[in-house]
Amino acid sequence: MTERIAIGFCILCILLASAFLLAPLAVIVATSFSPTPVFDLPPLFDPGGALSLRWYGRIGNLDGFWPALLLTLQVAALSTAISLILGTMAAIGIIRGKLPGGEIFGALLVSPLMLPGLVIGIALLQFFRMAGLTAAYPALLLAHLIITLPYVARTMLAGLTRFDFTLIEAARMLGCSFPAAIMKVMVPALAPSFFTASFFAFLASFDNYPISIFLTDARTKTLPIKMLQYIEEAPDPTLAALSSLILAATLALLLIGDRLVGLNRMAGTGD
Amino acid sequence: MSGRLIGRERMLGYGLLVPAMLPLLGLFMLPLMFLLPVSLTGPQGGFGLTAYGKLLGDGYYLGIIWNSLKFASLTTVFALLLGYPAAFGLIYLRGRLRSLLLLTLFLPLSIGVIVKAFAWTVLLRSTGVVNKTLMALHIIDEPIRLIFTETALIVGAVNIFLPFMILPVFAVVAQIDRRLNEAAATLGAPPLLRFLRVTLPLSLPGIVAGTALVFALAVSAYVIPTLLMGERYQTLPTLIAKAFLLTREPAFGAAAGAVLLAIALTVVMLSARLGRPKS
Repeated sequence: MTERIAIGFCILCILLASAFLLAPLAVIVATSFSPTPVFDLPPLFDPGGALSLRWYGRIGNLDGFWPALLLTLQVAALSTAISLILGTMAAIGIIRGKLPGGEIFGALLVSPLMLPGLVIGIALLQFFRMAGLTAAYPALLLAHLIITLPYVARTMLAGLTRFDFTLIEAARMLGCSFPAAIMKVMVPALAPSFFTASFFAFLASFDNYPISIFLTDARTKTLPIKMLQYIEEAPDPTLAALSSLILAATLALLLIGDRLVGLNRMAGTGD
Repeated sequence: MSGRLIGRERMLGYGLLVPAMLPLLGLFMLPLMFLLPVSLTGPQGGFGLTAYGKLLGDGYYLGIIWNSLKFASLTTVFALLLGYPAAFGLIYLRGRLRSLLLLTLFLPLSIGVIVKAFAWTVLLRSTGVVNKTLMALHIIDEPIRLIFTETALIVGAVNIFLPFMILPVFAVVAQIDRRLNEAAATLGAPPLLRFLRVTLPLSLPGIVAGTALVFALAVSAYVIPTLLMGERYQTLPTLIAKAFLLTREPAFGAAAGAVLLAIALTVVMLSARLGRPKS
């Protein structure tokens, strides 16, 4: 009996948590269809209030939107790809090499995630100035390596602890060359981890504000920085429309992820 | 297996580690270390502890440090109170419903803090949904001030950081062998005792990971306090941003950064120590 109540309470908590998490997203999506140019909920129960799609058409007209989107996607994709390679190599090194102090290296690789982005941004700004690096694009790309690497390291370390390395030797005994054994055995087995790592790393880079703000210049601005600027200038529903599109894209990615990996596994349960 | 073979694998291991450690050293540890001499610069240049004196000797600035710690602690406590049972709720559910709820944990991560915080201002403003609902239910007669209050700040922060509490706890709890609980039940332990002696200790690594992550993220939060509390409410991150971007006091900003970094590092080290599974 007590146990039933406890289980019921826990299920109630996750339902509440889920509704709570969706609340701001619901506001954003509802606002994107607003008939008025104010960032507010449309009058859903007002029969005269027609919903409007016009804000979606205006996204492209936002000042400097396309260059910002392109830059953000490029930086996120490139930094994620590089981190994926470096982080996977490091994770293999730590786990396969059974390195003494491997835990410490692992903690070090993940640590930028837990340290204040603002301080990292300032430190990088100063460091790049000292080193004579003034161009915004390479500075952003390098900085975003530090944003994405922790997510890759964390996921790959968890994924590799479950990988049986003797499979590679087995494949070699069956006549595979070493690179072929890696490609045919290890890469497919780790595909779910690759997907999860890329998903979180890409989002972290795509969303980053506190580090990027110190490294952009007048012409090179990432989307989150532009978005805060739009909000401060004139918060109209165009921003909600843009966010709704990002939400839809993420939803699509997550549904693909559920098919390929399973959301359970993405959440780190490993089954 | 000979000793030499192990040696070779270890060498290879370190070799694989180097490419990732290089950016970590050059783009993270080294730049942070260079911040220290900046914070130790006096007003006339040269060495000086003026910045630290100002930060740690003035009641106003100590209040700001206290603000940051209080904000991060309250956010973490509420996220744990809701997130810990919620993670168990996920465990008890199966199949599609569990996937759907996991989706709602991942989905908010794609919307930037800026837009989400703005959505909260829409919900909490005097003509917002929360006030209208409370008035329709006759709980209040006229709109109450919600926005720019500490309640609103904590609600917004918990909303943004909750997934970072639930996911680590869920990942650990999902690995717990259910048979341990059944064994305890067979031996006659009542539910509460089973929770306190079996489940709670086994879920501790998840609690530590989630708590440390949420605290570290909250204490470093810049956008949330700025948008939900406005200019007059200061925390360490807003103080740092102001010192660097507005008043141009790099030494003071760097000193505040060093204090914030020390707080975050303490949390990281504590969690690494407490979260280690006992053998």
